[in-house]
This record gives sequence, structure tokens and C-alpha cells, in this order.
Amino acid sequence: MKPGEVAIIAGFKDEYISVKLMEMGCLPGVPVRFNFTAPFGDPICISVSGYELSLRLEEAATISIVQ
Amino acid sequence: MSEIKRQKIALLGNPNAGKSSLFNHLTGLNQKIGNFPGVTVDKKSGICSLPDQSIVEIVDLPGIYSIYPRSLDEQIVAEILLDHHSASTPDKIVVIADATNLKRSLLLVTQIIDIGLPVILALNMMDLAVKSGISYDLKALSSKLGIPVIPINARNGIGLEELKRAFLQPLAPSPKPIFSVWDDAKPAVQELREKLKVDNDYEAYQFLEQPKSLKFLSASDQHVVGAIRTGYNFFPGKFQGAETIQRYSIIQDLLNQVTLKQGDNSWKQYSNKLDKILTHKVWGYVIFFGLLFLIFQSIFAWATLPMDMIDTLFADFSGFVKNALPEGPLTSLIAEGIIPGIGGILIFIPQIAILFAFIAILEESGYMARVVFLMDKIMRKFGLNGKSVVPLMSGVACAIPAIMATRTIDNWKERTITIFVTPLISCSARLPVFTILIALIIPPDRAIGFFNLQGLALMGLYLLGFVAAIGSAWVMKLLIKVKERSFLIMELPAYRVPRWSNVGYTIVEKTKAFVFEAGKVILAISIVLWVLASYGPGDRLENARETVLSQSANLRLTEQGLEDRVAAYKLENSYAGVIGKAIEPVIKPLGYDWKIGIALLTSFAAREVFVGTIATIYSIGSVNEDDQDTIKERLAKEVDPETGNPRFTPATGFSLLIFYTFAMQCMSTLAVVYRETKGWKWPLLQLLYMTALAYLSAFAVYQLLS
Repeated sequence: MKPGEVAIIAGFKDEYISVKLMEMGCLPGVPVRFNFTAPFGDPICISVSGYELSLRLEEAATISIVQ
Repeated sequence: MSEIKRQKIALLGNPNAGKSSLFNHLTGLNQKIGNFPGVTVDKKSGICSLPDQSIVEIVDLPGIYSIYPRSLDEQIVAEILLDHHSASTPDKIVVIADATNLKRSLLLVTQIIDIGLPVILALNMMDLAVKSGISYDLKALSSKLGIPVIPINARNGIGLEELKRAFLQPLAPSPKPIFSVWDDAKPAVQELREKLKVDNDYEAYQFLEQPKSLKFLSASDQHVVGAIRTGYNFFPGKFQGAETIQRYSIIQDLLNQVTLKQGDNSWKQYSNKLDKILTHKVWGYVIFFGLLFLIFQSIFAWATLPMDMIDTLFADFSGFVKNALPEGPLTSLIAEGIIPGIGGILIFIPQIAILFAFIAILEESGYMARVVFLMDKIMRKFGLNGKSVVPLMSGVACAIPAIMATRTIDNWKERTITIFVTPLISCSARLPVFTILIALIIPPDRAIGFFNLQGLALMGLYLLGFVAAIGSAWVMKLLIKVKERSFLIMELPAYRVPRWSNVGYTIVEKTKAFVFEAGKVILAISIVLWVLASYGPGDRLENARETVLSQSANLRLTEQGLEDRVAAYKLENSYAGVIGKAIEPVIKPLGYDWKIGIALLTSFAAREVFVGTIATIYSIGSVNEDDQDTIKERLAKEVDPETGNPRFTPATGFSLLIFYTFAMQCMSTLAVVYRETKGWKWPLLQLLYMTALAYLSAFAVYQLLS
């Protein structure tokens, strides 16, 4: 995904992190927008469920998406 | 005592939902910080008066997103919510929800309803929700959830009267569960409910789900829960994801029914535009370091005057007490032990207040989350967290407020490492020691045309401290093994103007915590140090004046000169002097004699005491401590009795500089680490590690240079 793009969350690859992400509103079927990255490319900022969330790349990598 | 049991009301909510604003509004300055029994989390509680003149106790619980805990803070909340039959069980729970992000807040609300506690939903930030065009049918929401829903504005206090009236109403737990326990789990839940008399299905389900949050149960009851868990093959956490999905789908249905108007997100553009600048790869850092620079300048510039005033006030008060009370050990204890000890605690208040004012403003405005965002990648390499930046940088002013600022780091390992290495950053108390020693051993020449050598040396020492801190953090990252995974799944809250009263409450809260918690230890150690410096074995101290008089009979000393010699003689023969002499063999390889040994010992009260002790021991006590030239001249003339060479050679000087850069010579810092880690393990390890580092480095430097 590139900054500015929108995708739909399809599922998660890491069960432990997925629970935390889902509690924060990152649910399967919900659209996310990739807003921007921090200066060294990590962490990143996304918009989901009407607010901004920051997460590390390794955490973001556990989310699978469909565009 | 026939007092009626006072109602306990717990505040609960997502981080950034406005919980602390609401808490401050309800309790005002009637707040106190205590401990939750046996854990390292502060308990903030306060008293709130209701319209009928009765009072209730408000407890502020740590911010959480769900009842399933992930950090120690969150586990405390889970335990309180699960334990329904103890003295600390809240009578009512107010869940404060962000109206602009109701869906996420409702996850927690529905969990609390299901666990069977009486809940009031306080819907905060309705003004922002209205601004973005959202409107809800609150009556419908209330009846669907089966709990009172009260719109409030925690920033300006709108709706609080209505909330307080709701505190007065009797409130029963909502009878209808929102989420029903899985069929698979029902037999286990049923058996548990029968055996332990658990109130409802979801609470029993949580007993099974959260083996670590059941410390309130007796050992045999915990055993029963464990047996049922194994008997039914119940794996904690297995259905947690599924539960979250199901709850959200119930919540979505509910919201579809109660939402009158959907919002548009145009008002969020404001935050986005600011983020483009504040997290920019150049401007982001420029602005951040500019802000840091401003903060340190302010700490140095604004704290000096009040600190000098506190210093003078206590010195005068001590002098007054000495003159007003009859001479004797008690007067001396009060005037020279207790009063300076209290002064030594209060003197940190200006720095703590200013630093926390800035931190509170940065947090309230939403900028702090961006700092974490900017720095996380770099800090993570060293076992730290984006949130470690502020404590580390604040350490340049003073390690005490800096260590108190590590609270924001949720990850235990990263927080402990940050606390551990922060005192290696050169604080402002090292500055007087550095300046006098640098002036003594480094010529005020210029290198390469315009660099002042002394300035370069000072900068080198600061850099050395920073490198030592980062390096130690990296080593600790490899040494500490914990299961807790490091996360940075963090909300970036919308920017807003800070609420100044919240900033004020933060200052009061942090200052109180320091004065009353760390202050106790500091005062105790000050008194011990005073005893060591004013009493000695035998009667040599009582006879000090006669001894000095007979020794210097033919020296024709002035009255002042004599007093200085008596003071020096007294210090030499006190217990501190005895210890100084006893440790001389240990510190000799570093190039120090027993006089410096005494100074190292007394430095423990505070590093800058080094200058004063050196002044006393070299009989220049009556000279103003700020008059560094006099001390410098006197030190330059000091001769090593064994070799006849100057005592303060460059080797000794550098060795001392390095020692002061690394050594943990600050009881206040140790006291604060004790408070923040709630135990002596980490402060003692820190003392040991930093002393060893200082000793070995100073040893190497001295042996290389001499």
C-alpha cells in the first residue's frame, strides 16, 4: 500500500496482535487508509473506524488486506 | 463509628477519552495518590460532593480499550472489575466514551455491562461530535443498552450536574446481557457459577479467560477455577477474537438504530495538515528539538530564581533556629540536619513543576503521541521506546522529574531500561563539579582558533554521559528477557488546545508525589549524613578548638582562619572523615586521597555538595561557595604529602570528572527510582552498576594519564 490509498481489512496473520487490533477497531471488512509513515519509514499512521492509529510496520504486516 | 458506607464510583474509559478531565472536574484538588495493594500502579482517588451534600469517593482507573488486559495497568482494572465482593469493589462505574468514536468505546461499555456491574455511560466530546455532524438518539441508546446515558463535556464541565444526580440514584446492574457466552463454554461456566457463587455467566466466563487476574480469590478457589478450566479443555484467549468480532457486530446494529445523522470527517483535515509538518522528516525533528531546547532553557532560566530563594530561605531559617534555640545536639540536628534536609527536597519543586507543565501541555495537545511516532524507530534499536525520549532528554535538567516522566511507557521492560539509564545523562547538579574541575585542569586556551578547550571538555562530558546511557540501554535490552511483547499500537489523538486546569492538576499531582514519597527517603538519608559529618569517635570533636589552637599557636591566624581550620579539623575527625580515610586504599588507584573520599561521600546528599565539602576540608569554608576562583587557587596549591607534587594533577582531575559523569551519587534519584519501581531491587542494581562503571572508568583514566 502507498500513502493515501484505501483498502479493506481481510484478516490477520498473528492471532495475538489481531485481538489487540480488533479491540482498537481494525475489524475484518472495515476500510483503512494508509496516511503517512514516520521519517524512517516506520512506524506508520493509518485511519480506521474514524480515528488515527499508529503502528509499527511489523504489526501492520500482520493485517491482510484486499484492495 | 456509625458512618454510612461511602459510595465508591470508578471512572473507566479509553485513553484520550477525557477521563482525567472528568476526574479533575469532579474532585478538584481533593485528590490523593495511593497504591493498589501489591502492585506497581498508582491509585488516583478523590472526593466529590453531590447536590444533596453527601460525598462519594471517585477512583480513576487506568485507561483501557477492553477488559482483556495486556499491560500491568490493564490487569489492575480487570482485577477490580472481576472482584465483586470486596471493600474496594466500586458501587457504580462511569464509563466515559468519546462521542466522536462511539463504536470503539462501546466495546468496553458492553463488556462492563455484561460483567454485571452498575454502569453509567458518560458521553464526552458531544460538541466535537455535533461539529462533525453526528447526532445520536440518546434515549434509544440508553434503553437499548439498559443503562443511563448522560452527554457531558469534560473540558468545560457541561453535564456534570446531571452526572452527579445520577450518582445519587440507586442503580442496578443491567439485567440483560448483550453478548451471551458461547455454547461450548456454558457447561464450564455453569459449574463455576455453582461452585464459587459467581454472579453471572460473563463474569464466570472471565474467571476462566483470565487466570492471571484472579489474585483476589483464595488459593483453593483459584484451584477450583483451574480444575474446571482443565476439566473442560478451556484455553484462555481462544475465543477472544471471536468475541470482539461478535460484540462489534452487535454494536454496529445498535448504532444503525440510534444514529440520527452520520458524521463527515472534514473537521479531521485540520489534524492531518498539522501532521504533515509535525511528522515531516526534517521539520518534524527541527520542531521537536526546538521544543526540547525551549523546555531546557525554561527549566534553567525559570527554576534558578525560585531554587535560589528556597536555598536562601532554608539557610536563613537554619541560621535563625541555631541562634534562637539553646545550643545542643537537638538544635544542631534541627538546624543542620532536618532543615537543610527538607530544603534539599523542596529545592527540586521548581524543576519538577516546570518540566511537568511542559509535558502536560504536550500530552494534552496530542503532540506527545507524535513525538513517540517520530522517535520510535531509533529508540527501539536500543531497547527503548519512542516514549523514552522525553525522560532521557529531561535527564539533562534533573533525573528526578525525568524518571517520574517514564510513567507513560506501558511496556515494563522498556520503562525499566529507561529508568535505569536516565541518571547517566549529565544533570544540572553535575555542572558545578564539572566547571570547577575543568577550570582547574584544563587551560582556558583555544584550539583550532576559536573552540574554547574548556567548553569542548564540558561538551565531551555530556556526550560521554549520553553515550553511556544509550550503550547501557542496548546491553540491558540483551540481558532482560521478558515475555511481554513490545507494542506500538497507539491512537494518534486529534490536536486540541490544552485545558490549563488539567496542566495545573498534573503539576500539583507530580509535585505532591515527589515531596511525600521520595521526600521521606531523602530526609532520612540527609539526617544520616549529618550524623556522620558532625559526630566522631572519642572526644576529638569536642576538643577540636583546643587542638587546633595548640597546633597553630605560632601561625598568627586571623579569627576567620582559625574558624576554617577548626571546621576542617572537625570534618577530618568525624565519622565521615573516618570513613573517608577508611576508603582511601580503595580510591587511591583512582588518584584520590581521603579528603576527596569525604567529598565523594557527602556528594551523596547531592552532587553539588562536592564543592562545599572540598571548600570545608581544605579550610576555605568561609569563602562564598560561588567564588570558584578562590577554591580553584586553593586546590591548585594543594600538595600531595608523599610526592611533593601538586595534589590535583590532570590525571586526578580527569579521573574525578569521569567518576562524577558515571557515578550514581544522588540519594534523591535512588529514592525516586525506589518509588517508581516500588522496590529496592532496581535502585540498588543501579547504584552498583553506576558505581562500578564510574570506578573502572576513573581507574582506567587515572592509570593511563599518570
